[in-house]
Amino acid sequence: MTLLFNYLIFPGLLFSAVIGLLAGWFDRKLSARVQFRVGPPWHQNFTDIIKLLGKETIYPAQSKFTFLFSPYLGFLSAGLVATILGMNLRSSASGFNGDLIVVIYLMLIPAIAMILGASASRNPLASVGASRELKLILAYELPFVLSIVALIIKCGGSIQLGKILELQALGASNIASWSGALAFIVCFFCMQAKLGYPPFDIAEADQELMCGTLIEYSGLPLAVFKLTKAVMLYILPVFLIILFMGKDTSLLFMVLKYIGLLFFIVLVKNTNPRVRIDQALGFFWKVPTFMAVASVILALVGQ
Amino acid sequence: MSLKIKALTKSIWVFHVSAGSCNNCDIEILDLFTPRFDVERFGIQLIGSVRHADAILITGAMNRKSVPRMKKIYEQAPKPCVVVAVGQCALSRHMFRDSYNVCEPLDKILPVDLYIPGCPPRPEAMIDGIVKLVTKIRKGK
Ligand code: SF4
Repeated sequence: MTLLFNYLIFPGLLFSAVIGLLAGWFDRKLSARVQFRVGPPWHQNFTDIIKLLGKETIYPAQSKFTFLFSPYLGFLSAGLVATILGMNLRSSASGFNGDLIVVIYLMLIPAIAMILGASASRNPLASVGASRELKLILAYELPFVLSIVALIIKCGGSIQLGKILELQALGASNIASWSGALAFIVCFFCMQAKLGYPPFDIAEADQELMCGTLIEYSGLPLAVFKLTKAVMLYILPVFLIILFMGKDTSLLFMVLKYIGLLFFIVLVKNTNPRVRIDQALGFFWKVPTFMAVASVILALVGQ
Repeated sequence: MSLKIKALTKSIWVFHVSAGSCNNCDIEILDLFTPRFDVERFGIQLIGSVRHADAILITGAMNRKSVPRMKKIYEQAPKPCVVVAVGQCALSRHMFRDSYNVCEPLDKILPVDLYIPGCPPRPEAMIDGIVKLVTKIRKGK
């Protein structure tokens, strides 16, 4: 029963979705302020979701099941990540050995679900979006995993989030070392791509692909996709905070760190134009991969 | 007023179609999203796919090429969805009335909910029209 409560309400689906939607508002408001506009009220993202629930749902006749099922796949796995992260933050003993690996895999599933749904929609623009998303995954997954490997080496080979948190609570935050700082920068770039934010919003390119992967979605499934994005906006910064800045995990510091990270995400989003897919692939396989390898070597040396 | 209607009128996602306009109306529509007018304050957003649309904004005199596409686009939109005719061209075909490939005014083809006259209409006129439509939807229907 408590397991179900943890998964569905706190710190799982409901809680993370609410925080994510508020973070999404923060993003929209800050973007508006950057452009000298006023921006929407705080409840705008909630209103959007409620409105989408009341709209008609249109699905392709040939692939109804895959099309309607894939949003839930992404949402449920993102909620699972939120639960694991939240439980680890509450008490570091509640994790299990290897939950870091599980979290890395689960965070990939929303992107896979997006590809699945886009391919099922039989729309040419959606399939272009799906192929771009797939290439983007290939691009950012390599430096992301490498930098986490560096972190695991630095924490003495522990693959449990709770252990990593404990180590940081006893010593210093991982970001305070050379290898940790390098790995953090790499992870920050990968997070931007995982969120699908500019400069890496190639799969959803509003202007050229008309929302790309989401083009055929309407009503409830679209709302679920939006919620998945909101949850991702919650779990990815929290994941980075746990891995790199886990020195003090009291509520106040968590909120401050989260807002700080969000601020940087939105600033990068607003100041960078979209890159092409080949540029993104080239970028991720050159600069961040090199930095991640350097950080692995530094971690092995003990820096 | 139900929650559904309230949410709908507070978050209008707009799909913009140019059915053979002279591009001036389209420029005025884009003005709505600039810092001076900033309709995102009211939750109005320009979106790329008609499947997400709550309102279809149509500009221009409909010609023989665009009429079938217009009908298709309207059918593809998830209901409830309103149609807004922007500019004199969409309302009455304007100076292209006698042109060889312009067929009928927009409201003979699609059910139009809001007419915004002007050549091109000012952004203030469009905001005024949207406010009137929202009040009408909230009161009646
Ligand atoms: S109404 Fe005037 S400005 Fe608008 S499309 Fe027609 S001619 Fe151009």
